[in-house]
Amino acid sequence: MAAALISVPKQAKRGDIIEIKALTSHIMETGYRRTAAGDLVPRDIITSFACRYNGREIFRADLFPAIAANPFFSFFTVANESGKFEFEWIGDNGYSNTASAAITIL
Amino acid sequence: MKRAVIIAMLTLAPVYAGEIAPSERRSGYDFMAADTKAMQDDDTANPGMLWVLDGEALWKQKQGTAGKACADCHGDAAASMKGVAARYPAFDKTLGRPVSLDQRINLCRADHQQAEPLAYESHDLLALNAYVAAQSKGMPIAVGDDPELKPFVEKGHELFMQRQGQLNLACVNCHDDNWEKKLAGSPITQGQPTGYPTYRLEWQTVGSIERRMRGCITGVRAKPYDFGAPELVELELYLMMRARDMAMEAPAVRP
Repeated sequence: MAAALISVPKQAKRGDIIEIKALTSHIMETGYRRTAAGDLVPRDIITSFACRYNGREIFRADLFPAIAANPFFSFFTVANESGKFEFEWIGDNGYSNTASAAITIL
Repeated sequence: MKRAVIIAMLTLAPVYAGEIAPSERRSGYDFMAADTKAMQDDDTANPGMLWVLDGEALWKQKQGTAGKACADCHGDAAASMKGVAARYPAFDKTLGRPVSLDQRINLCRADHQQAEPLAYESHDLLALNAYVAAQSKGMPIAVGDDPELKPFVEKGHELFMQRQGQLNLACVNCHDDNWEKKLAGSPITQGQPTGYPTYRLEWQTVGSIERRMRGCITGVRAKPYDFGAPELVELELYLMMRARDMAMEAPAVRP
């Protein structure tokens, strides 16, 4: 599966409020469903998402079974320096996924 | 003058424009809530784009014993696949019948890549289909130019009109006759196939038009045709004829 779709403005003015969007593919299996044979389908979800801006954490979320497949986050931050946004998703069964995007301050 | 206009309309009219006038046709998009529309409109919020990205990777990946990738014959999909999905299902001369885009991909795999066919609704087939379909985004549906398709469109139309299942309903009873109404709180749409493969929120994944049609057939409590069955391809063909000139939206988002 494609890792993730990230949207960060490539350029911004210092002090601009910018929107960050992060979409990732994951089945988000709740752990409550059963197969036709009656066996429980084991839980397989993303449990945490974090975004760091030049190493400083600016957004974090814990995820739970009620969250739909392919979770999508949208949030805002203030563009104050050129650099890198790093995204990290951690989940069940050792799931780990990272992505990054660069921004230039004009 | 008036007669000339009528004659012009008769010759230009698609085969079955009778039920819903062309000006009355509406994509499922029009029935959606603002949030769902926004999700489809933004490529970074539309989960269907994850499948498109995977399809792009598969397009360049060598497959089968021939060791060829789609790109080795077709090159850049942005050029070679532009408008292709808008013309499917298309007539296949060797088979003597229309084939869906899914079937075309698997025929290509068998004939040119010497690769195993991809299962219907498998991730890879949906991804390739979504990638090819996305190249036609915004283009008008242009199915049915081939005169050899005519008898198959006819069969699809018959199926559309055919009452079936324990509820004894035909497609036409909802999608032509009652599309402005609601069923259990949800809008009954016109069943215009503009956005397939589609990311459906109910499915929480991308699915094909055949999956959607099978859902409807199960809904009227009839036994659905198997994936890839000639009946489903003919029904898809008729639906695409019915939606001729409407804009392609794949990968769409639907509730």
